[in-house]
Amino acid sequence: MGLWIPILVIGGTGIVCGAVLAAASRFFAVHEDPRLEALAELLPGINCGACGFAGCSEYARAMLEKGIPVNLCKPGGHETVSRVASFLGVEAVAGERQVALVLCKGDDAAASRSTLYNGLADCAAAELAGGGGKDCRFGCLGLGTCARVCPVGAIEITAGRLAVVHPELCIGCRQCVAACPRRLIKMAPESSLIHVLCNSHDRGPLVRKVCRVGCIACTVCVKLVNEKGIRMKNNLAVVDYEVPLDNDEVVSRCPQHTIERRRLKKTVEV
Amino acid sequence: MRAMFRNRGGVHPAYRKWGTAGAPIEALPLPKTLSISLAQHIGVPSKPIAQKGQKVHAGERIAEPGGYVSSAVHAPASGVVKAIEERPAVNGKYALTVVIETDGAMEDHRPDEADWTRLHPKEMVDRVAQAGVIGMGGAGFPTHVKLTPPPGKTIDTLILNGAECEPYLTADHRLMVEDAARVWEGACILRKILGASHLRVAIEDNKPDAIRAMEAAMKGADDGVALVILKTEYPQGAEKQLIYSVLGRQVPSGGLPMDVGALVENVATAVAVREAVVAQRPLLRRVTTVTGPGIRRPRNVLAPVGTPLQDLVDFCGGLTEDTVKIVVGGPMMGVAVATLEAGTAKTTSGLLALTRRVVPQYQSMPCIGCGRCVGACPMGLMPCTLSEHLEAEDYEAAEELNVLDCIECGCCAYECPAARPLVQHMKQGKARVATLRRQRESQAVK
Amino acid sequence: MPDPIQNKRLISPSPHAHSGDSVRRIMLSVLLALAPAAMFACWHFGWNAARLMIVCAASCVLFEYACRAAMRRDPSITDFSAVVTGVLLAMNLPPDLPSWMAIVGAFFAIVIAKQVFGGIGYNLFNPALIGRVVLLISFPMQMTSWSQWHIPHPLAGADAVTSATPLGLLKTSVASGHGIPFLFNAATAWQFFLGFKNGCIGEVSGLALLIGGLYLLWRRAIYWQTPVCYLATVALMAAALQIADPVHQLGPLFHLLTGGVLLGAIFMATDMVTSPVTKTGMAIFGIGCGVLTMVIRLWGGYPEGTSFAILLMNAVVPLINRFTRPRVFGHVRRPKKS
Repeated sequence: MGLWIPILVIGGTGIVCGAVLAAASRFFAVHEDPRLEALAELLPGINCGACGFAGCSEYARAMLEKGIPVNLCKPGGHETVSRVASFLGVEAVAGERQVALVLCKGDDAAASRSTLYNGLADCAAAELAGGGGKDCRFGCLGLGTCARVCPVGAIEITAGRLAVVHPELCIGCRQCVAACPRRLIKMAPESSLIHVLCNSHDRGPLVRKVCRVGCIACTVCVKLVNEKGIRMKNNLAVVDYEVPLDNDEVVSRCPQHTIERRRLKKTVEV
Repeated sequence: MRAMFRNRGGVHPAYRKWGTAGAPIEALPLPKTLSISLAQHIGVPSKPIAQKGQKVHAGERIAEPGGYVSSAVHAPASGVVKAIEERPAVNGKYALTVVIETDGAMEDHRPDEADWTRLHPKEMVDRVAQAGVIGMGGAGFPTHVKLTPPPGKTIDTLILNGAECEPYLTADHRLMVEDAARVWEGACILRKILGASHLRVAIEDNKPDAIRAMEAAMKGADDGVALVILKTEYPQGAEKQLIYSVLGRQVPSGGLPMDVGALVENVATAVAVREAVVAQRPLLRRVTTVTGPGIRRPRNVLAPVGTPLQDLVDFCGGLTEDTVKIVVGGPMMGVAVATLEAGTAKTTSGLLALTRRVVPQYQSMPCIGCGRCVGACPMGLMPCTLSEHLEAEDYEAAEELNVLDCIECGCCAYECPAARPLVQHMKQGKARVATLRRQRESQAVK
Repeated sequence: MPDPIQNKRLISPSPHAHSGDSVRRIMLSVLLALAPAAMFACWHFGWNAARLMIVCAASCVLFEYACRAAMRRDPSITDFSAVVTGVLLAMNLPPDLPSWMAIVGAFFAIVIAKQVFGGIGYNLFNPALIGRVVLLISFPMQMTSWSQWHIPHPLAGADAVTSATPLGLLKTSVASGHGIPFLFNAATAWQFFLGFKNGCIGEVSGLALLIGGLYLLWRRAIYWQTPVCYLATVALMAAALQIADPVHQLGPLFHLLTGGVLLGAIFMATDMVTSPVTKTGMAIFGIGCGVLTMVIRLWGGYPEGTSFAILLMNAVVPLINRFTRPRVFGHVRRPKKS
């Protein structure tokens, strides 16, 4: 007899709970578009937010319900876009793959730090507390805020306290672009080869005082390309990625070695 | 009378005011160049109207307000505009700065007008706006905006803030001792502008000479006026804490002092208002306490706005070799600056040179849960818990724990034995939470 | 820490002033506060007390160092928290315990209770007490065997010789249906207060512990709320029970002066990491510890319940913190969740 009481109590509890759950699943069931799950499966599933929606399934829902364009997924690239397009029966062309690029070359060997920053190891916090120790007010602080938000670990902080994006790993989600308090990470199309790695709008003499590799606005590169592909913008040479540019002379003639030739494509395709 | 209400929390840092509390205010010889930042106040930066190369005279307007919450800026001395460009400012950021090479003439000799009592309050506010007066206690909120409360809000009490609770600083203290009459006249003008029935002059009890001087100046005042002696405690002079100490009213979260019928003005602001109303003199100079163990001869200096910090330091005997940190403002809320190039602002109440002996080096540890920050927080927050949420970037939890109520007074970080950068966490957390709120609101509108 | 050389200016966020207190200084003051009790223990128990304290402190530091090294984290032994844990663990051990058992206790205290959770600041439970409780459960014989000592007997002039603690003696006697087995009067109370009784090496002298407690209060390393509420609760419950059952109960003074309640209230329940951060919370924590201690002493299987009481209350600290949040300035009521 003593054995039966616990068996009945526990068994009874189980039966009651089971009944409640069964009823709940029946009456509170949410009817979702069956295509939603399948569509979300086609997306990369890293929830980076580059499409402007809060994660892959939200983007899938937006495509289904609101007819949002299907080519917004940046990490997915061509493949994903064409899969999604064929799933929904629409035509779409993915834009070129974009890669994040840190527009600063001034590591500790090149750019001076005359003060010591003693505080939270976060660029945004350092920026609020008087600049984080770097003398150049446009340069990379190297405290790694971008590296921490990168969902795929594509950003490395070098020993010289400079953030460097590994282009082969970058999925183009732009999280780092938004996170950098100095706004010195920019997106570049993967076919581009020539990059001006500086973000300083200071005048030449001021730049020279704080950095060996900063753009001093000498305009040599701009004249070489005849303003096609590189233009001066407020004391800074800026690459116009709309114009294809492959000119080794701008690299070799840049007196500050600010301009670099860098391949952003993933691996050599055979 | 003594303040009736006691604030929660607070700390008692080493005040170290003895170096300059007895030192009379000394005028600085006119510096060769002045760098006048156009973003000294809270709000929209001022728009420059002077041109590069233009000759300006003392008191001439060189920038006008850039919006409603903004302020005019004047040339503190006559000279030539050398440059208008981005330069480091005393708040540690870069700002558009007008650089004037002075030619020695400083004074504008406008006489006092006879009687301000006949002026209409509106006219007086206008003169305050014309003179570019901003809150000189530290925040730098444009005074004319503060003096124009929206319709429906009445202010019954004006509190004159002479608490000066920050360690080291004695600028307001000396101003009250040496210039009590003008401080008092300024307070009376402010009271008339606001139509406030009550006026309270609040001073901490570590400044007996200032209390005596103000009492003498206030002799014969009507019943609506009283001098309130505050307990010496940091942050006694913070706006919300001061209103509570004096009136026992709590400014509601997210609200303004006017929501409880009060308004707080700093004593230096009162003098600036007096000058603006009585003589239409723009705000051109202020008293700055130059002190700290790294300054050879600490002084209270009356210097034109835009004086390079280097000039102030030189006037006070230069820096000792072991100076490791330059702070503009007080040690609790001031900003560490990288260079002495920047020019002072209308809000610069102190310049401190700190040596290794008094500068803490932070090597922060995990929170050990001692609870001292909770006890010290004057706002009743839990900085330890908040900073852990903020470290984990859990901004929703931080919002629920009222991070936006933080006044950044620094009591928590002052006490923290684990040397956690609590204030920095809070600052960043506040910025992030405010952004999140805006996003939510705009989404709700959609 | 940035290198202080090179004459470089420092840039750091406000405030630029600091109280000067640090975790290391707090830990050192706890050690200093333990000094009276430790000295009394060495005098009373002799070489064994010193042996246990040295073994525990050394092995705790060693485990801490090894653990941090194995986890590739910054070494943390310079904050002295491991030494404090070691000495506190030793304080909670009987004098005759073999050294190897003490080392086992130190292992559980540092590695399992502290470092596995992430090191200082992250541990949920008091490490020293975890060490003690593990030993108590694993080696109940050794953890409850004491040397012989004299205690006044109810029959005048006939001292009893026993090898139990006062609490243990009372428990076995009452459990077997007898009355109070020894005389408890002012003289005995005074003897207990000074420390002439059986017990763990650090808990015997109430006087030495109180001196240490006052020093910690003055140093602001503890707040009065926890120990006062703890001890007051114990006293109140004991008084109430004595009124209800004068034959088997010995009253508040006896309960305060025996067992580990003073050591627990002053040094263990006040551990910063594992106690609440609000003053109200500390008071609630103290009351909870007091109630649980008395419940275990009177109705539990063990004669003493301080360790278990504090550990159980450690578990609810996050809840206490949550429900004792101070009222925020300018908020009329606690804000509702939007």
